[in-house]
Amino acid sequence: MENKDSTVKLVGFWVSPYVQRVRWALKLKGVEYEYIEEDIFNRSHLLSELNPVHQKVPILVHSGKPLPESFIILEYIDETWKHNPLLPQDPHERATARFWAKFAEEKLFDAAWIGLCSEDDEHEGAVKSSIEALEKIEENLKGKNFFGGDRIGYVDIIIGWISYMLPIWEEVASMKIYDPMKFPAITSWISNFRKHPVIKEEYLPSKDEMIVYFQWRRKVLKGTFPPVFSMKKN
Amino acid sequence: MAEVKLFGSWGSPFSRRIEVALKLKGVEYEFIEEDIYNKKSPLLLKYNPVHKKVPVLLHNGKPICESVVILEYIDETWEGPSILPKDPYERAMVRFWVKFLDEKCFPAMWQACWSIGEEQEKAKEEATEFLKILEGTLSGKKFFGGDSIGMVDIVANFIAYWFMILQELAGIVVLTKEKFPKLNEWMNEYLNCSIIKENLPLKDKLTAVFQARFQAVAVAAAAAAPSVK
Repeated sequence: MENKDSTVKLVGFWVSPYVQRVRWALKLKGVEYEYIEEDIFNRSHLLSELNPVHQKVPILVHSGKPLPESFIILEYIDETWKHNPLLPQDPHERATARFWAKFAEEKLFDAAWIGLCSEDDEHEGAVKSSIEALEKIEENLKGKNFFGGDRIGYVDIIIGWISYMLPIWEEVASMKIYDPMKFPAITSWISNFRKHPVIKEEYLPSKDEMIVYFQWRRKVLKGTFPPVFSMKKN
Repeated sequence: MAEVKLFGSWGSPFSRRIEVALKLKGVEYEFIEEDIYNKKSPLLLKYNPVHKKVPVLLHNGKPICESVVILEYIDETWEGPSILPKDPYERAMVRFWVKFLDEKCFPAMWQACWSIGEEQEKAKEEATEFLKILEGTLSGKKFFGGDSIGMVDIVANFIAYWFMILQELAGIVVLTKEKFPKLNEWMNEYLNCSIIKENLPLKDKLTAVFQARFQAVAVAAAAAAPSVK
């Protein structure tokens, strides 16, 4: 018997890689939800109501209770809908997954973002750090289809942005972080990830729209012109 | 035979978090003191090759790194008082505040103590803003975890002890009883818990180490400054 207020809503922004993780997780669990697009450059009351501390997306609302932050939402989803587990059952393997998710976020994602938004020394440094981080991820993907082994899981979802967004950032900022010749295990992982029956059917922002968006973000964050317009997705 | 070892450092708040958690669960462990400033042991580098930092928990020969990851591991592995709540939503909120503490509060508060000039002013403002948010979550609660300490309290250890020592040494005024009455009350209750107070580094020893570092920073800054005629 279902709780009549067991509705699931996801407040997101069309291009956010953080929101994308939640989409993938919900899809993998077969959870139906209502998607609510929020223009983060023209915020509605929703963000301050549902995420008063950070006012950011994604926010998952389950039975009226809001939850922010993709990492936290993913663990919540895994604990609430227990089939198709995203995290391993064994505590040591879970700890290993959490460790690598954190590492990938802090050392690769954050560094690559700085590379996207900076120039000169800062940019060079960020690209170098990103490559070093990618090398460690490469080591840990050797001989495996997905990060946890044979099945797609938590870490794959967290690093999933590599498969579709990193190339866009590289193009926009003229940087080379992921070189397929240097990273065969990651290349294989990208193929497995994109071909996964659930992942390949799920929404992804279009390449052209992403390029325009990130070109704009790079300009703004390098400080060359003020943000005078918002990128509304129709 | 289950074997638990903890690679840590007497002065590190991250290391102390793990000791509190292990003691809470009644887990016996061997503590291995690491000289993190001068020479890290080969074992530490073997068990944490990625970050080369403490704490590292070794359980049955398998290492777990990063204090927040270790805390979750301890809660999942051993019986005893819960570090995290059982309800998924409440667990998620605990994880939210833990992240807020480690990713926002700690860096800002640390920066407020160790930086100077405009950078310091900015860090002090940020730290104050974050502490106000924390203050707001303590309404009607003895601890962040409710009636007893939980993961948020364990992770907030640096606020109750390390930061109070540092802010005085740095000559800054951020966390005061007047501005943060609830946090102040929480600190008193927290530091009064036997499991907490029996697992803190000696104040004099910590003060001496911090003072030496402040002096080293001042010397380096003076050496780097251009001489003025």
